[in-house]
Amino acid sequence: MSEQDDRTRGAVAVLVDHLDGVVKPTARELLTLARGLDRQVHAVWVRAEGGPAAPTAELAAHGADIVHDVEVTGADAQLTASVVDALQTVLAAVDTVGLLLVPSTFEGREVAARLAVRTGAGVVTGASGVTFEDGRWSAHKTVLAGAWDTACAVTGPLAVVAVAPHAVQALAQDGVAEPSVVRHTAAASSAARAVTVVSRTRRPTSERPPLAEAEVVVVGGRGVEGDFSGVEELADVLGGAVGATRVATDEGWIGHEAQVGQTGVTISPRLYLGLGVSGAVHHKGGMAASATVVAVNSDPDAPIFEFADYGVVGDLTEVLPALTAELRRRKG
Amino acid sequence: MRVVVCVKHVPDIQQPRSLRADGLLVRGGDDDTLNELDEDAVEAGLRTAEAAGFPAEGHDVTVLTVGPSAAVESLRRGLAMGASTAVHVHDDAVAGSDAIATARVLAAAVAKLHAEQPVDVVVAGMAALDGLTSLVPAALAELLGWPQLTLADRIEVADGVVSVRRETSTDVEELTAPTPAVLSVTDQAFRARFPNFKGIMAARKKPVTTWTLSDLDLAGTAVGAAGSATRVVNAAERPERPDRVLVTGDAETVPALVDYLSQKGFV
Repeated sequence: MSEQDDRTRGAVAVLVDHLDGVVKPTARELLTLARGLDRQVHAVWVRAEGGPAAPTAELAAHGADIVHDVEVTGADAQLTASVVDALQTVLAAVDTVGLLLVPSTFEGREVAARLAVRTGAGVVTGASGVTFEDGRWSAHKTVLAGAWDTACAVTGPLAVVAVAPHAVQALAQDGVAEPSVVRHTAAASSAARAVTVVSRTRRPTSERPPLAEAEVVVVGGRGVEGDFSGVEELADVLGGAVGATRVATDEGWIGHEAQVGQTGVTISPRLYLGLGVSGAVHHKGGMAASATVVAVNSDPDAPIFEFADYGVVGDLTEVLPALTAELRRRKG
Repeated sequence: MRVVVCVKHVPDIQQPRSLRADGLLVRGGDDDTLNELDEDAVEAGLRTAEAAGFPAEGHDVTVLTVGPSAAVESLRRGLAMGASTAVHVHDDAVAGSDAIATARVLAAAVAKLHAEQPVDVVVAGMAALDGLTSLVPAALAELLGWPQLTLADRIEVADGVVSVRRETSTDVEELTAPTPAVLSVTDQAFRARFPNFKGIMAARKKPVTTWTLSDLDLAGTAVGAAGSATRVVNAAERPERPDRVLVTGDAETVPALVDYLSQKGFV
């Protein structure tokens, strides 16, 4: 094996997304995905000085062989540039990494962009899977509002792939050996130190799962005519999140953080349920990767019926309460 | 105050879009248009400059794009909204650049503008509706070595300091950084003004500067396929979802739907 092969066939690193030390479900998916690639898996945990230490057992159960616990000094640890500084510190210490997986959130993609500039890495965003072919990492993704499937090969020395939620199902394994833990300190670069965090306020959290990560998402559109209570009720019966179209958020029927679409939250749940959603391209671009799509709309010509697995042309005021009631009944 | 707004000319998302055999997006259609998220960036750039006195001597809002000849239409749109000058980087070698290589061209153009007359802020949209990568603003900040303040929904510039408010998926943040800085804006806060007739007429007379790679001291190998560390190796139109079911329904058809959900394991 040539030196180049060694590097590209080398280890996989995963940037572990966490909130105050709690591992995000998407991070468990990324580790599971990395474990499936049959390489050494390095989990990278970035925190502020004195911040919560890496939950090594949990990371190992999902696939980490080695955990890098990186404290950022000299700047806010959540800033994009700080996270890049932390990753660079790890990449400098472990020179075998050929693939880095990050979450395909805005934050994750910005980290990927800056790291690519610093290292010459190639970046693919919104990936649903990763393969190694002909000596190169390739990422698969759906583009143009779900109309095309592509594979994008990385020709640079390092592949940074931003992975969409639900690319794989997270799976913890029992009886995994305690991983080795390497502690690092990353001094923040001038890019990070230039930004001052004047305030940071946690947004109110819902009892429901976060939209981007939820396995089931119930979305209300124009057809709900201002009333999201039925949408919320159905979401709760299914243990899912509530989403909305741009029309619904613009009308103020629900907060704009619920907007699913090309410019809102991109979702790829196992089940998407659209209620009174027409399926305009803006919206489709944010949900086309959903595994199963169910739609209820009174307009038989609504575009959503062109890509729904199960479509019901019907009156929402009749179908929705009946659906919620029937699900409740069967769940006992 | 000098503001540079980066814009992109993209295929209309309401029209059918497709990829070429080499995986690159088919561009150059009659309906290609200014990326609508960049209208918000132009609006944010104009408002930021207006707060400092624009339009007046010593203030400037430049719209900047990289792209084929037709991309000049998106610059005209920005000028019609009120931008004062425009720069079009047009060089055949740029075709096929990925997001990072595109950022390299934009960064070289911003650096050249900055050398001519100092830039206070660069503003970009939250994404381009063709690639939807959102990589460019952060890459631009890294390339320029300027602070990054992305996804802003409020911007203030005073005494050489930019303040923004932004919402992440978990937090509301207020950040500051010294100018010059690279900003991006969401589609929530800067609803774009509609160019009026006067603006459209005035835009025809405003200057559009065209630069090639040699004007930017960029080698052809830094851009295009040669300068990109990614390459599309396979592109296929997605088949329709198989076994689609469409029923005309009322409450009586609901049990069948629940059966379907149950088979899929959701009940």
